[in-house]
Amino acid sequence: MSAATASSRRDADARPARRTGARLRTRRRAIILALAAVVVVGFVLAICLGRFQLTPLEVIQAISDRESFAHQVVVEWRMPRTIAALAFGAALAVSGAIFQTLSRNPLGSPDIIGFSTGSYTGALIVTIVLGGLVPVEFGALAGGLATALVVYALAFRRGIDGFRLIIVGIGVTGVLAAINVWIRLRAKAEVAMAASVWGAGSLSTVDWAHLVPAVVILALLGVAVVMLAPRLRQLELGDDSARAHGLRVEPSRLALVAVGVALTAVATAVTGPIAFISLAAPQIAARLTRGPGIPLAASALLGAALLLGADQLAQNALPGVPVGVVTVCVGGGYLIWLLIREARRR
Amino acid sequence: MTEITASATATGDTAGPGGATTGSGAARLQARDVTLAYDRRVIAENLAVDIPDRSFTVIVGPNACGKSTLLRALSRLLTPTSGQVVLDGKAIAGYAPKEAARIVGLLPQSSTAPDGITVSDLVSRGRYPHQGLFRQWTSADEQAVEQAMAATEVDALADRQVSELSGGQRQRVWAAMALAQQTPILLLDEPTTFLDIAHQIELLDLFARLHHDGTTVVAVLHELNQAARYATHLIAMKDGRVVAEGAPREIVTAELVEEVFGLACVVIPDPETGTPLVIPRASRD
Repeated sequence: MSAATASSRRDADARPARRTGARLRTRRRAIILALAAVVVVGFVLAICLGRFQLTPLEVIQAISDRESFAHQVVVEWRMPRTIAALAFGAALAVSGAIFQTLSRNPLGSPDIIGFSTGSYTGALIVTIVLGGLVPVEFGALAGGLATALVVYALAFRRGIDGFRLIIVGIGVTGVLAAINVWIRLRAKAEVAMAASVWGAGSLSTVDWAHLVPAVVILALLGVAVVMLAPRLRQLELGDDSARAHGLRVEPSRLALVAVGVALTAVATAVTGPIAFISLAAPQIAARLTRGPGIPLAASALLGAALLLGADQLAQNALPGVPVGVVTVCVGGGYLIWLLIREARRR
Repeated sequence: MTEITASATATGDTAGPGGATTGSGAARLQARDVTLAYDRRVIAENLAVDIPDRSFTVIVGPNACGKSTLLRALSRLLTPTSGQVVLDGKAIAGYAPKEAARIVGLLPQSSTAPDGITVSDLVSRGRYPHQGLFRQWTSADEQAVEQAMAATEVDALADRQVSELSGGQRQRVWAAMALAQQTPILLLDEPTTFLDIAHQIELLDLFARLHHDGTTVVAVLHELNQAARYATHLIAMKDGRVVAEGAPREIVTAELVEEVFGLACVVIPDPETGTPLVIPRASRD
């Protein structure tokens, strides 16, 4: 490693161009650090602020003082909700980054190509048709994975083409959305109501019991993403180049799709569908870092910050409004802008 | 790969390390009785081709003759439905993909540059076959990238975004990525197709220098006169068969061009290099 730095230093003297390259990398590193700082500050603020305001010192006291009301607020309410926002925001964003890279299109995001809608269908089947025999998370997970399988199978023809994936995905989303309405219309009013609340996507019901297993799974998936990242960077170059570089293209793509689907499915199973984080975060991260491609780490941090911000907005400025509704409203505008831009490009 | 000087002879036909290569010499890369097909559409049957070591082999033939398909098979992009591609006496399908990619490199017909990627970043991605899960970027990688960029004369563009470059520059960057792979055998799938004549020659001269310095180069080319000028070993294909192979001076005749391309022509010595130059006959009406 020291030899590498030594040689690059020598080159920096020889060619000024090398220094600009370093500057570009420094810029990317600075943006990652800045985003990480935003996430840390956001975490602290989210724990301290609210209807019951605390100073950071009071928070630390509250953690140790198990009897106090502040302990209840901090440890039982705010902490799981804040950690959930960060973890699920990052998961959704990384999932979006993977799918957008594989499909070479921002519209290739899991929320656009039906995985979230499929999770909702699974959840509805479990709560309404099966009458709650199985936990709703299980239904959501199964629904999301099954939808991904169907979309992948329908779009597969000698490999996966990004545009076909999107078209098939949007079609499947339409069918599933219709099925979701149909199931809710057949259900009793109060059951349909509860299902609709889940369907809006909210972090308000998250507690430690639901959060811990989800975060453990997400951490494992995170390790998988780090290991698969070089393959994703090869797939970006096109299948021929990737194969010429010695990548097993189809198994790599399948592994990335599986990890991407799992990231979205785990988050959705706990919170209900939260739209547009996976669409918007990778795109914003790519614009901030100026590439190359869609950066995974910056997407994760940005997704975490976005979902935390949206949830704080939902909690404090718009009481009673689920975070899913906030992201839909903000993200909807972004989607329309993207669609218009895509349409103009063609 | 040592320092590549611009003064190196540009014509591949002079006796470089590839010298006398008429297909009889040793061949690390061979296609043995391969049948090549896309789904059920058979492109070539029982095709046998040896790539002479240290040759500049050029594959020519009319459209849809199977020349690019053959190159795809040689570079592991297409698995033969029967027969096998053999590298160093062993079926290439039996190699770990990265191991094969350290011996045989490819400049594909089309690749995609990720948004916002710089030239040096893109060239670095050619080092993938030399990296593993725990073996990350090293000084050897850094050196390979520097050399590849120097050889293709894109080092001055190292920090430019690929999307800003002209077509000729971009193709040199892709060539640099293939060079960074540092393979003793390099396959080129129609590397000059979308370039103007000056950039075509510039790129072919680059490949001729690589060949001169010891790399086995295999290219699919459209332009017959360029093929005859740069190749030390020419393979002429038609309808999935090899019609003729050997040194261009020996095999390029008016009869062969007539047979392979259906083109009436005369063949004269190239005034620059003495290699065969194909002049189409004027139409009679």
